[in-house]
Amino acid sequence: MAGLMEWLTGQKPKSADQAKDRLKLVLINDRTDLTPAEMDELKNELLAVISKYIPIDPGGVHIAMSQEGREHRLLADIPLKPAKPAARKR
Amino acid sequence: MAATVITVTSGKGGVGKTTTTANLAVALASGGKKVVCIDGDIGLRNLDVVLGLENRIVYDLVDVVEGRCRLRQAMIRDKRMPELYLIPAAQTRDKNAVSPSDMVRVCDDLRQEFDWILIDSPAGIERGFRNAIAPADVAVVVTNPEVSAVRDADRIIGLIEAEEKGPARLIINRLNPAMVKRGDMLSSDDVLELLAVELIGIVPEDENVVISTNRGQPVALDGKTRAGEAYQNIARRLSGEKVPFLNLDEKEGFLQRIARMMRAGGD
Repeated sequence: MAGLMEWLTGQKPKSADQAKDRLKLVLINDRTDLTPAEMDELKNELLAVISKYIPIDPGGVHIAMSQEGREHRLLADIPLKPAKPAARKR
Repeated sequence: MAATVITVTSGKGGVGKTTTTANLAVALASGGKKVVCIDGDIGLRNLDVVLGLENRIVYDLVDVVEGRCRLRQAMIRDKRMPELYLIPAAQTRDKNAVSPSDMVRVCDDLRQEFDWILIDSPAGIERGFRNAIAPADVAVVVTNPEVSAVRDADRIIGLIEAEEKGPARLIINRLNPAMVKRGDMLSSDDVLELLAVELIGIVPEDENVVISTNRGQPVALDGKTRAGEAYQNIARRLSGEKVPFLNLDEKEGFLQRIARMMRAGGD
């Protein structure tokens, strides 16, 4: 898709867009005082805690920081597996 | 009269704090207001040379704080303007020669006599910044559309909020519209989206700034250059006027690009 866009628009990724994407991540790290490694650790522990109680679908997990103004929000979208798949069997 | 104290700061050095302070001071004073600017960069003073007043220094801010002269004796009057004064920084001392409460006291002494007090903050987030921000009514953050400057601006905006001096107002300095257009420089919209603060001015990159600084004649002395006009506009916005932003940084979208290619193909 990126390749197609590049072909369509005849443009390499703009350096300004790269600057913006990099800054988004850096500013989240700076503002939360959380390194990317700590963020990964947080995600893993969060998933470990939740899966202790409910089975989750690890492939569909999406955890990210969102920004509204200068406020941040940790958004976690964690799909659950059906609680008792065995009960559905006839 | 009760002055508004504006502190100009940035975190990162070299983004144009001193140039901004000098030009805002000139622009505000040219509107007939009484303005005093204070160089908060003790040990590395520069507001004097940017304003072209370096040969007239007798006393400085540290002399005032340490009681070697009266406040009025350290105020250098800029003869090009009806009412513009500079209180220079000491050159042979360091930031610890002045405390935040000293700055509050000096500004309180000046408030009755002036409309505007502008403080040029040093780079960094330590004592010099704390001194400069302590008396502020309005905090102006200067940044460049460039990763390190934006990152440091974000840090300083956080500190300004923590000191309850917010909301910070942002000046994007040295924006190069041609580079923005070809996607090689952050646009003002990009910077605003990242920093999420109120924009108070965009100053385009303009070689007249270097030329005028060489001469000790701030560009805002005449509003004929693009940068000079931008500074005049910021001064008017600080005074509460609604002044539209100069449209400098239109990003070229997909359709514009197609249109441009078709035009090029037709030649």
